[in-house]
Amino acid sequence: MEAAVFILSLVDCCALIFLAVYFIITLSDLECDYINARACCSKLNKWVIPEMIGQCLSTMLMLVSLHWFIFLLNFPVAVWNIYRYVKVPMGNMGVFDPTEIHNRGQLKSHMKEAMIKLGYHLLCFFIYLYSMILALIND
Amino acid sequence: MRGVLSSTLGACEKASGADDKQQLCTSVLPTDCAVRGGSTQSYPLMYHPATYYGTPPPPHSYPSKPPLSSSQAPHYYHNSHVPAQSHPGAPAVPPGSAPPHAQYGQQLQHVPPGSAPPRAQYGQQLQHVPPGSAPPPPAAAPPHAQYGQQPQQNPYAAPGSYYGHPQPYSAPPPPQQQQYPLTPAPVTAVGSVSSQYGTHSHSGRPGGLPVQTGAPLHHYSPVCPPCGYGTAPGQQQTVLNGQAHGTASTHGPYSAADSSGHTPSSTGTPSPGHHSAPPSQYGAYEGTSGPSEPAQSSSSSEDEDLEEDDEEAGATLPPPAPGTASPVPNSYDSLEGGSYPDSEPAPHSQPYSGLPPAAPPHGYNLQPHRYVTAFPACPSCLRLWGPQWVPELELESLQPINLLQERCLLPPRPLGAPEPNLSPELQKVNCSPEAALCCTCLLHGAKARVCVCVLGERAGERESIICGMDLKTKDFPLYSDQHPPNQALLNKARLPLGLLLHPFRDLQVPPHTHTPAGTSSHTCRYLLTPAGTSSHTCRYLLTHLQVPPHTCRYLLTHLQYLLTPAGTSSHLQVPPHTPAGTSSHTCRYLLTPAGTSSHLQVPPHTPAGTSSHTCRYLLTHLQVPPHTCRYLLTHLQVPPHLLRPAGTSSHLQVPPHTCRYLLTHLQVPLHTCRYLLTHLQQLPVITSNTIVRCRSCRTYINPSSPSWTSGGGSVTCATGSTMLRPPQPAVYLFVLDVSHNAVEAGYLKYFCDCLLENLDSLPGDARTRVGFLTFDSTIHFYNLQDGLSQPHMLVVSDIDDVFIPSHDNLMVSLKESKELVKELLTSLPSMFAHTRETQSALGPALQAAYKLMSPTGGRVSVFQSQLPTLGAGQLQSREDPNQRSSTKVVQHLGPATDFYKKLALDCSGQQIGVDLFLLSSQYSDLSSLACMSKYSAGSIFYYPSFHHIHNPAQLEKFQRDLERYLTRKIGFEAVMRIRCTKGLSIHTFHGNLFVRSTDLLSLANVNPDSAFAVQMSIDDSLADSSLACFQAALLYTSSKGKRRIRVHTLCLPVVTQLSDVYAGADVQAVTCLLANMAIDRSVSSGLSDARDALVNAVVDLVCAYRSSVSSLQQSGLVLPSSMRLFPLYILALLKQKALRTGTSTRLDERVFAMCQFKSEPLPQLLRLLHPDLYRLDSISDQGALHLNDTIVPQPQLLHLSAERLSRDGAFLLDCGSVLYMWVGRSCSDMFLRDVLGVSDYASLPPSMNHIPELLTPLSERIRAFLDWLQENRSCSCPLHVIRDDSSAKNIFFQHLVEDSSDSGPSYHDFLQQILQQASK
Repeated sequence: MEAAVFILSLVDCCALIFLAVYFIITLSDLECDYINARACCSKLNKWVIPEMIGQCLSTMLMLVSLHWFIFLLNFPVAVWNIYRYVKVPMGNMGVFDPTEIHNRGQLKSHMKEAMIKLGYHLLCFFIYLYSMILALIND
Repeated sequence: MRGVLSSTLGACEKASGADDKQQLCTSVLPTDCAVRGGSTQSYPLMYHPATYYGTPPPPHSYPSKPPLSSSQAPHYYHNSHVPAQSHPGAPAVPPGSAPPHAQYGQQLQHVPPGSAPPRAQYGQQLQHVPPGSAPPPPAAAPPHAQYGQQPQQNPYAAPGSYYGHPQPYSAPPPPQQQQYPLTPAPVTAVGSVSSQYGTHSHSGRPGGLPVQTGAPLHHYSPVCPPCGYGTAPGQQQTVLNGQAHGTASTHGPYSAADSSGHTPSSTGTPSPGHHSAPPSQYGAYEGTSGPSEPAQSSSSSEDEDLEEDDEEAGATLPPPAPGTASPVPNSYDSLEGGSYPDSEPAPHSQPYSGLPPAAPPHGYNLQPHRYVTAFPACPSCLRLWGPQWVPELELESLQPINLLQERCLLPPRPLGAPEPNLSPELQKVNCSPEAALCCTCLLHGAKARVCVCVLGERAGERESIICGMDLKTKDFPLYSDQHPPNQALLNKARLPLGLLLHPFRDLQVPPHTHTPAGTSSHTCRYLLTPAGTSSHTCRYLLTHLQVPPHTCRYLLTHLQYLLTPAGTSSHLQVPPHTPAGTSSHTCRYLLTPAGTSSHLQVPPHTPAGTSSHTCRYLLTHLQVPPHTCRYLLTHLQVPPHLLRPAGTSSHLQVPPHTCRYLLTHLQVPLHTCRYLLTHLQQLPVITSNTIVRCRSCRTYINPSSPSWTSGGGSVTCATGSTMLRPPQPAVYLFVLDVSHNAVEAGYLKYFCDCLLENLDSLPGDARTRVGFLTFDSTIHFYNLQDGLSQPHMLVVSDIDDVFIPSHDNLMVSLKESKELVKELLTSLPSMFAHTRETQSALGPALQAAYKLMSPTGGRVSVFQSQLPTLGAGQLQSREDPNQRSSTKVVQHLGPATDFYKKLALDCSGQQIGVDLFLLSSQYSDLSSLACMSKYSAGSIFYYPSFHHIHNPAQLEKFQRDLERYLTRKIGFEAVMRIRCTKGLSIHTFHGNLFVRSTDLLSLANVNPDSAFAVQMSIDDSLADSSLACFQAALLYTSSKGKRRIRVHTLCLPVVTQLSDVYAGADVQAVTCLLANMAIDRSVSSGLSDARDALVNAVVDLVCAYRSSVSSLQQSGLVLPSSMRLFPLYILALLKQKALRTGTSTRLDERVFAMCQFKSEPLPQLLRLLHPDLYRLDSISDQGALHLNDTIVPQPQLLHLSAERLSRDGAFLLDCGSVLYMWVGRSCSDMFLRDVLGVSDYASLPPSMNHIPELLTPLSERIRAFLDWLQENRSCSCPLHVIRDDSSAKNIFFQHLVEDSSDSGPSYHDFLQQILQQASK
């Protein structure tokens, strides 16, 4: 059971890692002018909700399986994702707004955020991996 | 559901010849190159070759020029002769010829001496000409001294203060004061010595109008009679057009700086004989005299081209700006000996008090001007007055001012921008002839930006300057609010760094040359030349020089010449030799009158080997490619001197020397550029099918064109036939609301009338297309296909899935279908007169417009009168009227839906600009609707409570705006790239634009009335560069279908002292930038937050200044003089509609004010924020401008406080878009009679909207002043005469921002509040 939870989390985590990398790549494309803001934002906005769901999923899994530490590790990130999504002003086209992204250093902060998330997901990945192995051994 | 009801209007004729339009388009299209770069064929030999070098056009070559008037002629001449004398070593210059150095910039623009007198810009340059040969004005005390003598009046106790004693406003002039005759002072004819250089310096002082920021303005009581004149020689006269001046003084400073042994000329004597040598103010004149000029010099040029030029006023004038920029070229000439930066120190090294007052450091003045940003419209010209004496300025702008004590802060004239302040150290460095050099270059490609290279540094001299110049327009539409310091400094200074741009502004002067804009595309065209050799050359250069931007510029320069028929092939066949010298030679020879081709065929002085040798030699020795580049450029630039046969080769054989020599003298490569660009216009045009061009240039020339395809090492440009998309024709679509609400408001009739009137003046060419679309709950299209007997309406009632009923005859050629269009416009108002439809399907109508326009791009003008209620994009009313005057939270400043934003982005992608006219009496959610224009680079107009009967004021405004809107210049499919020195980056963009990538702004339409601002941040330390450069390049398709680029460049020194940061800060630009930031803030985090932030900005500045710069432990509120108006402006900002609280403000009006702040150009914005107040009844001729035949009085600027008003006066409030004249209750009968044409106050009508044209001197003065104020504005502003007892009085009084009101405290209280917060 426990192993299954971690395997699931691991898969989820992998997806999130890929997503974070995708965010980073797309944003840096924008930074380098390879794509325009409109394309970039519509690409990224598509993945905001999947990311949110993925994050919530692993949080829920941890909560359900009563892994408090990992839950606490996941929870703030999930909350942040939700907060970010909810806080989008009505007139904006999503978390990433093409008209805003070049203003006020938003691009940089999005980039930073994606980087941090990548690091965080990697950390989670190893934690899940370790926990999974532990769980498998214990079984 | 989907139905097309066709009929209503007339016979359902099947539109035949549907593809006529298509054919028309293609047939009208010029051939490839023409399309790309401006007209290929249309560059006739515009100038007589002889005019380029050495031999300027003999006077008789201007048959049609107006007779020389004695008052103008001397101005043209005197100067020419100056340079001639200043180079005694040079071969004698025949009197008729241009002096070698004087002519570079100027000669190109053949302005016939004595040609049409300048208009606007001359006004700016008001001069005092001592009659005769500039006798040193006796005993003229330095300004300080003069001012000091003024009795210090308590500023707030101004005489005649409002409701005070009817005391004569202006104190009687001191006895010694020289009163000016009312008649225009004629310039002393031949004997007068004039110099355009001085333009400003003298003028600043006369009339006791201490205009320069530096002057101790605070010592002035606004009512102080000017006493500057008192000390001036009795016969001083104020002369217009900036020519008048003691030339001697002009050169005085140079002599100090002149290290190259040129003797400064004794220019005291006039040189009437020098007809042909256009004096430096030619630069200024060229524009003005343009209209007459091209006709003469280029008889072959096509009319259309001329027209185009006219239209492209700004773009077409490479060289000096009238007024503002005119000094620029001059500086070269005059500085010949010392190079401009060198001249700066001159005044510095000399105690300026020691200078004869009549000889202010003119050379010095030149410098500032290149930075000075002229306000386009305003009294602006007077901005130029400010920065004359830089040392003084520097001192003064730093002088701490205790705001609590100093109550007279306003300069007598609208404030100018400070010029970049060069530190004394910098000036010293520049002083030496061997001063370090730098050049700015633009790199292309994604990563590289501007690089600044510093060359030839001498030990111990670490800095140097360069200034970028404005290649195309005459002045800098770039307002930079301060010098870029290091980040730490910037943080300490608590000032924002940013640029305000007004890239497409109207230039007042019709141009007569072809532009750099066109030129660069020329360049492009030339680069694309057949041989393939050019690519070789290019590669060679790229390899060797390794500096693409340079190379680029270099190549651009050369290739154009290389392609000259004769020279091309041979040169190109020897590419390795080509690179450097040869082509420059080529170039030079090409430009030599003697007969280009022969030179080229037998390059006598330039054996191919030599030049390459030279080149290699140079490369080896100097090891700095840019040098080479500059070297060459340099050569091109000093043709008269170098081109003398003997001299040339020897010069070339001693390259390092030459080089250094030249480098020293010409420190501004861009000048060269401009020079070259100027020449290009008359080069023969080569058209070819194979196009090759240098990759490194690609972006520069054409950053966005979809038609360039890349291949191999070089980039190929597809020719016209294969281009993906030819330059866009002018396409206008009008989307009109015809719902009941709109019909009731009655705008439709006025719109149709206005459009009918201006149908012929819509910018465009034969390809121009128009279309109409009306909507209520359905969408109506109009088939206007030529051949129909009547317009033919198609109704689409399916608004959920909008489709276009007929694709090819809805947008019709204006030329072909003009009759039908006229018919439609005539019948349109009556068609909907009885409509009962109250719904508005704006969203679907916009979608239809988008579909209709997407194949071509163009401009969509939307007229909307209510909240959209149907279909996509429908909105709900969000305003709570009870919250209008809330001091707490103002909600709903942001859009309610992203529909309009998405639509705008779609439009922007298809090069469609959407302009919104909102004529609404109720809440219409402008914050949502405005998105359609904000992101498609459109304009927003808002007429609250518009009604054609009940609100005539709005109606009039609508008509004016509409007329201006329809006829103003327009650029299509524009993009603007803003580049800046490495280390700087753009933090935020403000304005109606869409940022497509980090530095590329996509502007579907660009119009002269919109401005942009960018906030910069300093990422890296700028310590290793001494200056920071910014360039904004605007690429657009003119309404005539030509691709143009306008480039604005600005260089600012990097400073290390905090005090320098303050000294260079432009308080107006800072305010404007802060306003933009505050608006963003109020949308994102609330109005009160934004207001707090603004107040904090002042507090921070006070604290920062107190802790860092001001050494004196002064109590009170101390700010540097340069920032002394900052608290005042911030207070005014807080009382603005956009940001005010406490006063009832409709949400839409607030949002509109915010939009205005984001997109209005700076001068306009400032007048909106802080209107100019003048007293009219006591107007005098002191310090008046003499423009042509009219005298324009220059009344003093007054503080916006009721204290400054008095019942016995008449005051003018200039709010930018409207003028108010307030007439006091006991205004003198003379004023009422002479100006307003009424016998007494009682008979003054309650509403009066114009001033009668009376023939009294006073009336003439006042009308001249009013005209002058409006001269350069985008549209004339209505004047309202307001009686003191009328209800309209409140409108006037609400502009007095220094008084306390509902919306904020009085200025004094505000300062106290600041002080309190600062001392916490």
